[in-house]
Amino acid sequence: MAVSDTQIDVSRGRVVVEGVNFFYGEKQALFDISMEIPGSMVTALIGPSGCGKSTFLRCINRMNDLIENSRMSGSFTLDGEPISDSGTNVVELRKKVGMVFQKSNPFPKSIHDNVAYGPRLHGVNSREVLDEIVEKSLTRAALWDEVKDRLKDNALGLSGGQQQRLCIARALAVDPRVLLMDEPASALDPRSTAKIEDSIAELRGDYTIVIVTHNMQQAARVSDKTAFFYEGQLIEFDDTETIFTKPTKKQTEDYITGRFG
Amino acid sequence: MHFHRELSKLRKEVLAEAALVEEALEKAILAFETRDERLAQDVIDGDRRIDAMEIDVEEECLKILALHNPVAVDLRFIVTVLKMNNDLERMGDLTVSIARRAAYVAKRDPVMEMPPEFKDMIRAVRAMLKQSLDALIHSDEDLAAEVCRNDDEVDQYKRTINSQIRDRIVERPQDARTLLKMMDVARHLERIADLSTNIAEDVIYLVRGEIVRHYATE
Repeated sequence: MAVSDTQIDVSRGRVVVEGVNFFYGEKQALFDISMEIPGSMVTALIGPSGCGKSTFLRCINRMNDLIENSRMSGSFTLDGEPISDSGTNVVELRKKVGMVFQKSNPFPKSIHDNVAYGPRLHGVNSREVLDEIVEKSLTRAALWDEVKDRLKDNALGLSGGQQQRLCIARALAVDPRVLLMDEPASALDPRSTAKIEDSIAELRGDYTIVIVTHNMQQAARVSDKTAFFYEGQLIEFDDTETIFTKPTKKQTEDYITGRFG
Repeated sequence: MHFHRELSKLRKEVLAEAALVEEALEKAILAFETRDERLAQDVIDGDRRIDAMEIDVEEECLKILALHNPVAVDLRFIVTVLKMNNDLERMGDLTVSIARRAAYVAKRDPVMEMPPEFKDMIRAVRAMLKQSLDALIHSDEDLAAEVCRNDDEVDQYKRTINSQIRDRIVERPQDARTLLKMMDVARHLERIADLSTNIAEDVIYLVRGEIVRHYATE
């Protein structure tokens, strides 16, 4: 990985989760989850469909607020600041916690404007500053070299893999601390997947990345920590190397070796 | 599931290889004890099969690694098989070396008496090989640890046999050639015990996920 562990400040962008329960109406989706997601590192969430990992991910930027009848108890904090309080400014929170989805969703605008959109919304007006942010964000998302000569082209003309990296650049443009990724490469070919993974390795050390993936090998390749969820419970959370060589819990072993799930 | 069928096939293959090695050791020992030249030749000829199986097992492991990306206990199993496959092939070579010495002694000195400790050493080495394989079959880490502990006993037998043979060479220098072949057999048996210990250590790794090499008996 690009950044050595000793250079990483794990207290920056740390997400602390305490006793979280989550309900969709009567149905409980998360049961008493407590964990500490280290700052500036990559944490992978794995588990079979419906295990609660995406629900958990969406709690970190309060995306679940949009779902009717959903409720949560327990707490999430980011660098000690509450995420889950009713008083939390959600717009500010989502500036700090960016998100990239399974399906890329660029705006039907130019490549440049896609990336500049967020900073503009947050009040950056100087053309020079915006250009700088655009270049920096595209570079960090490993897309700059491919698009620097056609920043005015419509983003929808990019390939699927490029669009996904554009979405990463767009998330980076507002200078978040945390980047949430929900299956970011599941619709991409191996080459584009490798580029997304390269970009994750590049961002590690500066951003906390929490990634949901069904691709076990991808979790093993990109993450420092892996959390295994099953039926709404956090079964095991440990160094990725440990999870994939000698997991402690039988359920984890059965899942990652394909014996169930 | 396809992958798990491949794993159980690999398991059968490596156990078949181990069975051949066990059989070769039995025959080589018997050939040495009974001065049976033909049986010794059998062991020498049979090594080709063990060599061929070693290649098959290794190729099977590489295929599984490349195609199935095994993790956790499955990954540890493949690593264990790869390593013990090497050890088994080396044991096959050592049984051939024992058989060659047996054939020599049968031809030259069919009546010369062996140091009495040979019987005990042979019993201990046989047991270690058998137990290390049983430990693998049953994923039995306690049995594996016992194999590791027994290695010292075999080392001690070898030292005793060596010193007795040295004394005899001094007494009867005309028998030196044959006596040195006997010393070789003790050395090869001791190596087979070492390799059984390797297999036992790999079994502990397979079960516990911990590498205990170099301090297995502690």
